[in-house]
Amino acid sequence: MQTNILICGVGGQGIVLTSKLIAATAMANKIPVMSAETIGMAQKGGSVFSFLRLGDDLHCPMFPEKSADIIIGFEPAEAVRMLPYLKEGGSMVLNTHPIMPVTAALSGSDYTGREMVQYLEQHVQHLMTVDGDAACRALGSPKVLNMIMLGLAIRQNVIPFSIDEIEATMKATVKPQFVELNSKALRYEA
Amino acid sequence: MHQEFLMGNAAIARGAIAAGLNLVCGYPGTPSTEVLETAAKVNQGSLYVEWSVNEKAALELGAGAAYCGARSMVTMKQVGLNVASDPLMSLAYIGVKGGMVILVADDPGPISSQTEQDTRSFAAYSKLPCFDPSSVQEAYDMIGDAFAYSEKYHTPVLFRPTTRVCHGYASVTVKDEDEYAVNKPEGFVKDSSKWVIFPRLSYQAHMIIEARNVELQHVFSQYAHNVLTPAKAAGCRKGIVSHGISETYVQEALAGKDAPRLLKIATPFPFPEDLALEFLQGLDEVLCIEELDPVIERELTYLCGKHHLNVNIRGKLTHDVKNAGENTCASVAANIADFLGWDLPKPEPADAPPALPVRPPVLCAGCPHRASFYAVKQAMKGKKAVFCGDIGCYTLGNAMPLDMVDTCLCMGAGVNITQGIGKIEPDTTCFAFVGDSTFFASAITGAVNAVYNQAEMTLVVLDNSTTAMTGHQPHPGTGRTMMGQVVDKVSIEAVLKGVGVKTVETVNPLHLEEAVETVKRVAAEPGVKAIIFKSPCAVLIKPEQPAVIDPEKCTQCKRCIKQLGCPGIVVQEGKVTIEHSLCTGCGLCTQVCPFHAISTGGTN
Repeated sequence: MQTNILICGVGGQGIVLTSKLIAATAMANKIPVMSAETIGMAQKGGSVFSFLRLGDDLHCPMFPEKSADIIIGFEPAEAVRMLPYLKEGGSMVLNTHPIMPVTAALSGSDYTGREMVQYLEQHVQHLMTVDGDAACRALGSPKVLNMIMLGLAIRQNVIPFSIDEIEATMKATVKPQFVELNSKALRYEA
Repeated sequence: MHQEFLMGNAAIARGAIAAGLNLVCGYPGTPSTEVLETAAKVNQGSLYVEWSVNEKAALELGAGAAYCGARSMVTMKQVGLNVASDPLMSLAYIGVKGGMVILVADDPGPISSQTEQDTRSFAAYSKLPCFDPSSVQEAYDMIGDAFAYSEKYHTPVLFRPTTRVCHGYASVTVKDEDEYAVNKPEGFVKDSSKWVIFPRLSYQAHMIIEARNVELQHVFSQYAHNVLTPAKAAGCRKGIVSHGISETYVQEALAGKDAPRLLKIATPFPFPEDLALEFLQGLDEVLCIEELDPVIERELTYLCGKHHLNVNIRGKLTHDVKNAGENTCASVAANIADFLGWDLPKPEPADAPPALPVRPPVLCAGCPHRASFYAVKQAMKGKKAVFCGDIGCYTLGNAMPLDMVDTCLCMGAGVNITQGIGKIEPDTTCFAFVGDSTFFASAITGAVNAVYNQAEMTLVVLDNSTTAMTGHQPHPGTGRTMMGQVVDKVSIEAVLKGVGVKTVETVNPLHLEEAVETVKRVAAEPGVKAIIFKSPCAVLIKPEQPAVIDPEKCTQCKRCIKQLGCPGIVVQEGKVTIEHSLCTGCGLCTQVCPFHAISTGGTN
């Protein structure tokens, strides 16, 4: 039994930490895990992805197209970019709040994210959307987007962990003063 | 033994420490950097760790340690090996006493490098044994083997993971600390017939090397990580050979299917001929799936000739596999399907998605390099000038609207290229831009060359007090070492003055007017002169209050955007706006706005 997870977005959204929390939870459950992610230039506003594989008989950390059980899309255009990796009937959790490319002001791009969300609504069977920006504001911190996304993803019943198990890993990872806020974010209802 | 979730580079560092590593040194370079960083992080004091000024210095330091019987490791990226190739080629003849592993990370793609060179080919050229792991676990296991072979055969060995192994993560089985080997170096034993290279010694060493490498062909045929897997498909007379991360793509493509005979090569040099011959026996056709050079393909083609085997060897040389760029699960699955005559499901034509925004890498908001480039651009407006760049974040100064990098070749090249341009085009004002870490790594000799040979040029040192591109490593100008010491900083200004550059001016590039005036004044002087733009990397300092735009004064002329291209200035609902999450309050835009509509310091 293997689970393939793809997390994608833009540098600075907390994608790598999300991936690490899932991996650490897998380790705690004695499930073999592999991952691969963008490193380096991404911190400068580039597209970021993380491939995660859980289960036995894993060969390589990256999986082919049409193989992801779930895509956790932190940004609409990035989710569209990685959509070919979603398997037939796979799930997606999507933050509908767009991030302008840093060059948009220069090139006069009119990207709004809305056309991306529409495209995904038409092409993804199990799509769960959340306005991550509004959710962060409701929780009072721009830094909890990754926990909101992770919590919603866990509730799709594709990743073989419970919110409690993820929460236990989170508690061991973040500073004590941020535990309560992150717990709330993990349980945020879209 | 226990399980941990480790990055490939961390696994290499941990495996080396478990093998009794005494010293590790190197120069940062993607995708190799985290090996040394991990070693420094887990160091309990018994290991000596340093970032050397460049790869050549590191390799020589590592050799000295290994002469003493220490187990040493030297880390670099593939182009770093070019810098270290002089000591490498000679050290291959001299050999070592303690185990010495030269870790060279290759970068198929390339994802963040100038070249797609293959260290396996460098291994054959330098006649040094080479190890090529396929996974994070194998990287952990094989690094210990690499030390053992190095010590047994008194030779440095190359260890060459590629990006996907270096930066992949996996749950791996690692040793407990009480299982670690401890290596106590004997110390340097003087013997000039051994450690001093002379033509006679090299001749003798050459014969020993050739004999050893023949022996290693047999030894490596028994090596546990070179694996021959019998065919699952009955009567199949085809075989597939692979290596590195590509081997895992082959496994992925063949999972649950009737696989042909498979061979994995973990020691590309010396090539395990006996094992390869056993693999070739009875086959009609072989597909070689490799990244970078067709190393295995050439070896197999040679073996077929040598042993009169009637086997078709296919791969890059026969255009069955693409000969540039990295392999993927999908590309390898397609190669295998072609080779075995399998039908891959045709992708259904999907609705074309809307046009996706591109996100090219750009200089960060608040990056002082933007200010430096802008100051030189303003100062040289209307003049015939050339701007030679170098390797680092500041290569991104080539992007619009700055457009201030006319050339970029390799570390330290810009300072010499600009001299060459100046000799042929004397009416061009010649600039070379170099970062602080690159200055120490490889631009000092270029400065000496310029002074001695009467060049007309301005050297611009972009001093942000760190090695930013590779993740903020310390260097001689930072006053910190990887052993945690605070030491005297090496002064760039003093170095330049010391080698004879008479005018060296230091200025904060974020003070735009002063910076532009300095460039105008210094560039007009004859001979070799230097400007040091000193301002810390924006990622490392606590940001100031973001800039504020006064809507009364802003005319939406967008000059700030068109001149600077800073990601901290965006257009929202048609209005120029400061992106608070990115703006560091550097204040450059406040000096560019013709209407004084932007201010910093929290004032309106």
